[in-house]
Amino acid sequence: MKKRILAFLLLAALLCAVLSGCGDGSAEGETPEDRAAANAITVAIAQDLDDSLDPHKTVKAGTREVMFNVFEGLVKPTSEGDLVSAVAEDYTISDDGLTYTFTLRDGVKFHNGDTVTSEDVVYSIQRCTSAEETSVVPVEAFSLITSIEAPDDKTVVITLDQPNNEFLSYLTTAILPADYTEQDTKPVGTGPFQFVSRTAQDSIVLEKFDEYWGTPAYLDKVTFKIIENSDSLLMSLQSGSIDLCAHLTSTQVDQLGEEFQVLEGTMNLVQALYLNNAVEPFDNELVRRALCYAIDKQAVLDTAFDGYGALIGSSMYPAFAKYFDESLTDYYSYDPEKAKELLAEAGYPDGFDMTVTVPSNYQPHMDAALVLVEQLKAVGVNATIEAVEWESWVSDAYTNRQFQSTVVGVDASNMTARALLERFASTADNNFINYSNEKYDQLFQQAINCYDDEEQTELYKAMEKNLTEHAANVYIQDLADLVALRAGLEGLEFYPIYVLDLSAVRYAE
Amino acid sequence: MKYALRRIAMLLVTMVIVSLLAFVAFDLISGDAATAMLGVQATPERVEALREQLGLNRPLLVRYLSWLGGFFTGDLGTSYNYYQPVWELLAPKIAVTLCLSLLSFVLIVLVSIPLGLWSYRWSGGALDGLSTALNQLCMAVPPFFTGILLTWIFSNLLHVFTHGSFPDLARNPGGALAYLLFPAISMAIPRIAMTVRMLRSTIQAELRKDYVRTAISRGNDRGAVLRRHVLKNSLVPVVTFLAQTMAEIVAGSIVAEQVFAIPGLGRMLVSSISNRDYPVVQAIVVILAFWVVLAGTVADLVNQRIDPRLRLGGESR
Repeated sequence: MKKRILAFLLLAALLCAVLSGCGDGSAEGETPEDRAAANAITVAIAQDLDDSLDPHKTVKAGTREVMFNVFEGLVKPTSEGDLVSAVAEDYTISDDGLTYTFTLRDGVKFHNGDTVTSEDVVYSIQRCTSAEETSVVPVEAFSLITSIEAPDDKTVVITLDQPNNEFLSYLTTAILPADYTEQDTKPVGTGPFQFVSRTAQDSIVLEKFDEYWGTPAYLDKVTFKIIENSDSLLMSLQSGSIDLCAHLTSTQVDQLGEEFQVLEGTMNLVQALYLNNAVEPFDNELVRRALCYAIDKQAVLDTAFDGYGALIGSSMYPAFAKYFDESLTDYYSYDPEKAKELLAEAGYPDGFDMTVTVPSNYQPHMDAALVLVEQLKAVGVNATIEAVEWESWVSDAYTNRQFQSTVVGVDASNMTARALLERFASTADNNFINYSNEKYDQLFQQAINCYDDEEQTELYKAMEKNLTEHAANVYIQDLADLVALRAGLEGLEFYPIYVLDLSAVRYAE
Repeated sequence: MKYALRRIAMLLVTMVIVSLLAFVAFDLISGDAATAMLGVQATPERVEALREQLGLNRPLLVRYLSWLGGFFTGDLGTSYNYYQPVWELLAPKIAVTLCLSLLSFVLIVLVSIPLGLWSYRWSGGALDGLSTALNQLCMAVPPFFTGILLTWIFSNLLHVFTHGSFPDLARNPGGALAYLLFPAISMAIPRIAMTVRMLRSTIQAELRKDYVRTAISRGNDRGAVLRRHVLKNSLVPVVTFLAQTMAEIVAGSIVAEQVFAIPGLGRMLVSSISNRDYPVVQAIVVILAFWVVLAGTVADLVNQRIDPRLRLGGESR
């Protein structure tokens, strides 16, 4: 008996010892107050940066979103959707639109202390042009470059073989030091924050770069904490270990207390029921149009997203105000009767069976798909959802185009209409829906060869209209981006592309 | 000595077989490292070029043998996703998962053995019914739910720990262990319930045996018989069961790590499977196989100490 009591006392003592460890051994920055005192914040992100950190190799949108704070190009985007000079102080474009001359800013430093020279710029652009290193993602528009030269330390001259309005947008490509080899794991750029460390499946730490050429970042330190599990994410928000988290759902936001302010922006994605235009029955335009009439977009938003989100009607989202054509949004008003008529005309009076392939890790796409399936039932189309892993989706549906229909969001890699519309040209490598329309291809060729901005914008709008008229896909929405920001923090700005800029975030005075 | 050699040989064979199975299974699922790495930037030409660079276009057996060769020379390769040596990537995760599993195991042993004895003592009474119901409940509740419940109580209400701020194990071991206590409890609860139940029924079965009746009829104190003879005999199956528990705890840690946002081996395994990062997956699979075999070996050794009959036979279960 005595022994047993002793054992229990020992156990109790052990528990107490471990528990009391909490008190004195508490981690730095565990409470919001600690972090405010250190001028630091912790940001929760749902995906790990399990990718190369080299910006020329980065593939995942989640990695680009975070590393936006570390890298800059000759020019960089602003939250309004303009381009401002960054590493370059100034540039001139010759009258024929063929020669771009950049003057580099004085004293721009890389995070390793080296000064940026024209040699680094030439290296960075050439690296993305030739893409000789296998994992470097080539920048298509750089194929226009006939020569790139560095007449002196501060000047870079780029010559194109034909004028191109959007060329400047591609010069947001990160400038990297020419003689640095550890970019994959210890990236070095010129941005307002410098990379400190990455712990796989745990965290990424950035610190303010003191020698930044422009307006310095307000915060001294930003820790990105990786929390994939959505329940776990919510508990961390409630426990006080997180100050900022983007891409939340309306349900999650509802469960947050007063210590958070909720900001609403857009995700800048084109969410649609993408239809494989090369397989039956979607090779028939009548069927595709029938589906467009059969879907009530507003109901999708109301049912699955608590009404958050912006409706769209083509492969363009409202944040690209210049190119967005609002009239296309209601091109197909919800009309199940009309849908049935069209189906009958197409030879499917009793509807048909179809499969919707959805990457299951993206809850918003799964949610939307569930509503779509119900709506399609009403016109006799029997849709089944096939939930797949993201990697399987990429290899089977996206790369090999083995799918019938899918719900995903497609984003733009830079701030050009081309980034969204190029993929639907019949010969495009990434035309995963196999859209093939002669008129569209013509318009695209005209658009990229057009040097008059206004005319080009009209051509892009005509391309959007072409996609809508021929019902390339059933367009739904640009998802709302709900961001929880701890009260007392301010300065977060939304961009028309998928990035999270932390340089202006600060504790209110 | 012979026994030890045989055990080591068995360990190696198990690890090779497990790694081969994992390798083959990995080859069967759709998508490979090249498509996963390129994501939406994938074009058939780029995928092919990357496959070539990573050596993924070689036949399965060649790839496996080259991996095995690296493994036996201490080179686990480089992660495709993190561009870091696998060992460097996994070492801190192994430490975390090991601490979590051991903590959970210690809890299971410390709580379930005294509790098992107590629950035997209560058998038959009103308390027994209550404890059986409680036992059933603990077994049925999945660890992720217990995890959420513990977080809600200890993080949100009592602020004993802060969910989502797991400290670095090397820099702040005290804080890290305190944090790990909660996931360890959530993993331990169902296993404690099972162990208690198991111990209780083995004791009951043992008490019905002749030697117990003889011992008591010779005037021995009931409690002393229980402690000195019955418990010892009942422990053998329990120890074997605990060895299985040790292996299953590691599997359970995958869930606990997700719920408590702990950077351990389990989360790493899940993400590297979906990224098709097979150097990492292979390494983790081999580590887990090693762990399972090790737990079995330790159980055998402990059982031999408890029950000399197992030693005499030279054979062990």
